Amino acid sequence: MRRTMLALCATALPATGAWAAEHATCAEGKTLQEGVLTIATGNPAYYPWVIDDAPESGEGYEAAVAYAVAEEMGFGEDQVEWVRTSFDEAIQPGAKSFDVNMQQFSITPEREEMVDFSEPYYSSAMAVLTTGDIVEAQGLEPTVESMKDLRWGAMAGTTAMPILIDLIAPSSDPLLYGDNADVTAAMQAGQIDAALFDLPTALYLSAVTLENGTILGQFPADRSQSPDEFGLLMEEGNPLKECVDAAITALRESGRLAEIESEWLQEATGVPVIE
Amino acid sequence: MADTGLTQARRVAGAPTRRAAYEARIRRRSNLIAAASTAAVMLAVVVLVPLAPGWEAVQRSFFNGRVFVETFPGLLEAFLLDVAIFAWCAPSIALVGLVIALCRDVRAPALFPLRAFGAVFTDIFRGLPVILVIYLIGFGVPGLGLPRPWNSPYLWGSLALILVYSAYVAEVIRSGIDSIHQSQRSAAASLGLSEADTMRYVVLPQALRNVVPANMNLLIALQKDVALLSFIGPVEIFRQAGVYKSLMANFTPYVGAAVIFLAITIPATRYADYLMARQQRRRR
Repeated sequence: MRRTMLALCATALPATGAWAAEHATCAEGKTLQEGVLTIATGNPAYYPWVIDDAPESGEGYEAAVAYAVAEEMGFGEDQVEWVRTSFDEAIQPGAKSFDVNMQQFSITPEREEMVDFSEPYYSSAMAVLTTGDIVEAQGLEPTVESMKDLRWGAMAGTTAMPILIDLIAPSSDPLLYGDNADVTAAMQAGQIDAALFDLPTALYLSAVTLENGTILGQFPADRSQSPDEFGLLMEEGNPLKECVDAAITALRESGRLAEIESEWLQEATGVPVIE
Repeated sequence: MADTGLTQARRVAGAPTRRAAYEARIRRRSNLIAAASTAAVMLAVVVLVPLAPGWEAVQRSFFNGRVFVETFPGLLEAFLLDVAIFAWCAPSIALVGLVIALCRDVRAPALFPLRAFGAVFTDIFRGLPVILVIYLIGFGVPGLGLPRPWNSPYLWGSLALILVYSAYVAEVIRSGIDSIHQSQRSAAASLGLSEADTMRYVVLPQALRNVVPANMNLLIALQKDVALLSFIGPVEIFRQAGVYKSLMANFTPYVGAAVIFLAITIPATRYADYLMARQQRRRR
């Protein structure tokens, strides 16, 4: 499946080969293992970023982007090695087990002081996850005004909280949880009314995890206030950064990134935009 | 110090005995040695640790002054929630613990169900991991469809803590009750006290006094376990520190939280030590 896609792209973009050759020299001697790009993802890695927790298959948005970036940098499919890290392992001081780490890390100036981020490979829309019962009971509409007085929840280890405060400014303090399952459990227990997630995660949770889950609305990805962009995380001062940046820029300019996005991330056009 | 009347008299007169002088010299000497060895260890830590090649990175991630200053006020504010949870849990734990301990000590055959209940309660809640009880009660009970505000995570999370900790406290109190010799109950009975009065006026006052240090330990443990409530939503100090950590990609906020915790737990631990030492002295 992936192979045919790559072949298609190679024919569609004759420049790819030249790019690869140029970048092969860029990454030389800058990786942990010579001739191998070590990429880290989460444990487990979640749908739709990585399908079935198997990044080696190249299926899922981040897995596909990872192989595309690797190819741009001159690493073939068999020259990519996957490791798993938590967020904390990714930011700990000392030797790293990966060249680049890819698990929906939002780029923020504060984080940028401790670690390096690549150019963004994805701009995330933020979506409001809730249940049909709550929408009905409270007569919710996709407006900031109608959502202010809800009991809000969010994942603690993400940028969702500051974005929530900034975009919606809820009237009571949001409750925070350690993982997605806890957020949905709290919603099922009636302890929170709504939670803010990046749109792909919210779509997944509303369809699969949360009973009667629904998405009230989204703050589109190209919003100017509190944008949320994902980048590949690298050790501070990693010389590989310029090669990764060049690869992502090339992928974006060639339209390849958009292609991967439309293949793996669900269309969000049906989700109303929040006013 | 077992001062005899004689040495007491001499000290009042201002003339230390030869023995007292000798002991003072020995004490000075050991104090000096202790100070020197402590200084040597401290020096080694202060000088050698920064020589490690990764020290600068560790310092930036864990002991970052700027991050510390930026996050400390927020952490302090979040700590108030810990204090509040602790404040309403501790008295309930003492009460429930006492009741369970009394249940286990019931001797009338007709009340055996109470005794069995006490045993089952302690077995279950001492045997389960705290975090599981918090999840089960904090998400499970409200999931049954309770309306607000009766489904609050603060309420049910606190209940989980109260159940688990009262099981521990009950066992401690029971050991205190068991430590009171049977002869005291017999004596009370011979004076005409009822079973209940014997417990109320003879056994419990002594038993509770004996177990104060052990219960202090549990109080200190509770102070830290309050943080587990963050798993079901409340943003207390450790959750707040985790949020700062993830937003800044820096572990310093945890160090800030640790400093705040130590500021409370170290005095509490010292106080528990003091109580224990005093009890030891009294028993002699």
